[in-house]
Amino acid sequence: MREIQASQITETVARLAVEANHFLGDDVVAALRKAREIEESPQGKDVLAQLLKNVDIAKEGSFPLCQDTGVAVVSVELGQELHIAGGGLNEAIHAGVRKGYTEGFLRKSMVGQPFSKRVNSKDNTPAMIHTEIVPGDKLHLTIMPKGGGCENMSALGMLKPADGRQGVIDFVTNVIDKAGSNPCPPTIVGVGIGGSADQAMWLAKKSLLRPVGQPNPEEEYSSLEKDLLEKINNLGIGPMGLGGRITSLAVHVLVAPCHIASMPVGVNVQCHSARYKEATL
Amino acid sequence: MKITSPLTDEVIATLHAGDRVEISGTIYVARDAAHKRLVETLDRGEKLPVDLTGQIVYYMGPSPTKPGNVIGSAGPTTSGRMDRYAPRLMEIGLKGMIGKGLRAQPVKDAIKKYKTVYFAATGGAAALIAQRIKKAQVMAYEELGAEALQKLEVEDFPVIVVNDMYGGDAYEDGKKQYARK
Repeated sequence: MREIQASQITETVARLAVEANHFLGDDVVAALRKAREIEESPQGKDVLAQLLKNVDIAKEGSFPLCQDTGVAVVSVELGQELHIAGGGLNEAIHAGVRKGYTEGFLRKSMVGQPFSKRVNSKDNTPAMIHTEIVPGDKLHLTIMPKGGGCENMSALGMLKPADGRQGVIDFVTNVIDKAGSNPCPPTIVGVGIGGSADQAMWLAKKSLLRPVGQPNPEEEYSSLEKDLLEKINNLGIGPMGLGGRITSLAVHVLVAPCHIASMPVGVNVQCHSARYKEATL
Repeated sequence: MKITSPLTDEVIATLHAGDRVEISGTIYVARDAAHKRLVETLDRGEKLPVDLTGQIVYYMGPSPTKPGNVIGSAGPTTSGRMDRYAPRLMEIGLKGMIGKGLRAQPVKDAIKKYKTVYFAATGGAAALIAQRIKKAQVMAYEELGAEALQKLEVEDFPVIVVNDMYGGDAYEDGKKQYARK
């Protein structure tokens, strides 16, 4: 059985945390450039130009893309034929977040408890870890620093099966309409349809790990993504909510089987600082 | 348009929703936890750690400062979370707010009543915005880390007027102009 050291996981997570917060993906940068060309609103164009300048400054390494360097959402695909030696998987990931956020001068945004004891953990732990066991002997790690402003615009709709495609379009469009300028548009909208309540929410977030410009492989869902994007961009919210053609850069749909009585729809919004970095060990 | 902070009533009267403004001077930084403490202090009838009369508060929690820099990345946070506290601060003389995102009706009403102004900075342009901050100093609540109350000196800090004292709203205007059926 193949073996890796827990310390390798820690080092990798620490490195990815810093990289994700300084280097925006080429797909998102390309989408922002295209948006700047298409955008009709002068203020919207100006906002998009500022965001592209911001990307260049962050690349130099002194300033992260956004002051909100996020909750560290870590998606793990663990090959069932891989053995991790020298420590636990989760602890290795938390240690990587601790190291990356501390040594990389990233903001610590986690509090230990939700009410009276809202005390900052001071090292951005715990990470939010999602683990899937897959065939093979590799470990695939993706870290997505997720900002609070866009995460707060998430929504779950337990729709009726009879609501159908149009019901999904109406629900998602309404969520984005209400969110307005709050989630830092232009956004990427993650939509999870089917599964259970919890699964739909995770699918919505997981869909954000797909590159912008890569549609759902099934025609039925890629056409839903297209129609949703058009509806959303017709809202007129625009870059930073100041009015314009581009409210979202993309809509990503993921689906799952569900109960005969259910049609859960999860919406997870990602800001234009759509950061994630991945590595395979 | 270039303005200086602290703000005067004369300057506020010239600001209209949608105006692009560059601010130079002093602004204060406070977000969720600092706002909670400020309002609790007022509720106890005590004096605030800083005098907010005529001042602007920037809703922001910076990333840590790297050696040799003035501040870390420093973009706006979502203003709506401060809606519960903002009218109380305007009542005691706060004149301006910088953030991003929608304000609740009681805040918009207070902006008209106390003749104040709400500006938006570009959310997520945090590395760019940091270049306009020339000095940063923690004034209170240091133990809150990124949520401490800070005083900044800024130069040509770029914002857009969202809610003016006349009831104007740049978010509503912009959306109306670009919405399609």
